[in-house]
Amino acid sequence: MTNFERFLDTFFNGKVMLKYLPDILSGMVVTIELAVLIVLSGLAAGLSLALIRSLAIRPLNWLIIFIVDLFRSLPPLVIIVLMYFGLPYAEVSPSGFVSTWLSLAFVLMAFSEEIFWAGITSVHKGQWEAARSTGLSFGQTLMNVVLPQALRLTIPPLTNRTIAITKGTALGTVVAVTEILGEASSAVSNSYNPSPLMMGAAAYLVLFLPVVVLARRLETKFAWKK
Amino acid sequence: MTQQPIVDARAIHKHFGALHVLKGVDLKVAERELVFVIGPSGSGKSTLLRCLNRLEEPSSGSIVVDGIDMLDARTDINHARQRIGMVFQSFNLYPHMTALGNVTLALRKVAGKSRVEADRLGQAALERVGLADRAGHTPGQLSGGQQQRVAIARSIALEPRVMLFDEPTSALDPELVGSVLEVMRSLRESGMTMIVVSHEMGFARNAADRVVFMDDGLIVEQGPPAAIFENPTHERTRAFIGQIQRH
Repeated sequence: MTNFERFLDTFFNGKVMLKYLPDILSGMVVTIELAVLIVLSGLAAGLSLALIRSLAIRPLNWLIIFIVDLFRSLPPLVIIVLMYFGLPYAEVSPSGFVSTWLSLAFVLMAFSEEIFWAGITSVHKGQWEAARSTGLSFGQTLMNVVLPQALRLTIPPLTNRTIAITKGTALGTVVAVTEILGEASSAVSNSYNPSPLMMGAAAYLVLFLPVVVLARRLETKFAWKK
Repeated sequence: MTQQPIVDARAIHKHFGALHVLKGVDLKVAERELVFVIGPSGSGKSTLLRCLNRLEEPSSGSIVVDGIDMLDARTDINHARQRIGMVFQSFNLYPHMTALGNVTLALRKVAGKSRVEADRLGQAALERVGLADRAGHTPGQLSGGQQQRVAIARSIALEPRVMLFDEPTSALDPELVGSVLEVMRSLRESGMTMIVVSHEMGFARNAADRVVFMDDGLIVEQGPPAAIFENPTHERTRAFIGQIQRH
């Protein structure tokens, strides 16, 4: 066998790949489920916190800033581990799947809150004044005038952050979530061959490349046209 | 004044922290009157205007507009503000909406009109400012003068009883000022009560009923434009008029 053949046999072993393909596919399903849940709940919570923060109720804002800063500073892995191994002592035993989902959703909530908030505050004060002077209430102004402008500004940083955090689903493997990386690494140990890892990498590309491309197109589409 | 003034502001004080911006201003405006407020920058004229619709909260005093006590906690301020149109120096059009969208937002959300009815009223308001053919344009596609006229349409569509103009032409290129003043003149001819903070002295001279000169948070003197511009009684007024006429 030449070196190249040995390389192929090790990393792209057809027999091994065929055998573990179903496992990788089922891992992809788990990853997609996790990603969708994290994105939906994380962004919804982040936007809600930003909206609450715009009410400018001081003690509430201190609490929001504290929570947001906490989840922005902690490594996501630490949060997942704490939730999975720590919460059982408080008589709550979330599964690995739930621990990963909630942890990453909290992290996305924290980062997206800051991004949404920056978007809201960057809308010129004159927009508020014009709207309020026509009799629109605070809430009507926020929803009809300020938020549509703020969201446009937030799309590029938001898509980047969302992709980065969603890739963190791979951390779920530490708490036995059978997502792509989890399936791939157990296949590696069972087959004594790293080919499943290559399949895992390919699976991530298949999942995330379209998202990255879509994000780029969204950014172009919503770029501020003055 | 025999009739009830439509704007009756008394003893208005406004502090910004340690800064005492308004030091007890009284301003009564009669229906259909056009009052011009002039004065050096920092004299408090914009703040006074912004107090009238409570964009700025006066520190003390009383403000009654069209019979509504603006400073009463029980007053529905959003309802009251529909009767007081405001036009800003920087237009403040909503950049994500068309001209018609700008004009109809409050009609739909505040005045409770259906979309069809709001569009009809909005289109009529744009017609009044000469921009019926620009209804589908976004602010970015309009000149400054056109944007300011859309902003005026956004206010008049709500059929306000009073219009406040806060330096409406200051941000415009000189050649665009005329079109905005023309709209203001036609508003005046239709009988709109207007309070205008501006340095357009030519316009003040031939359109205003009264010119109010403010300095250092107080009304120094007021009277018909001819009297203020030709024969100011106070030294400060004379100095200010002299300064702006030298330009």
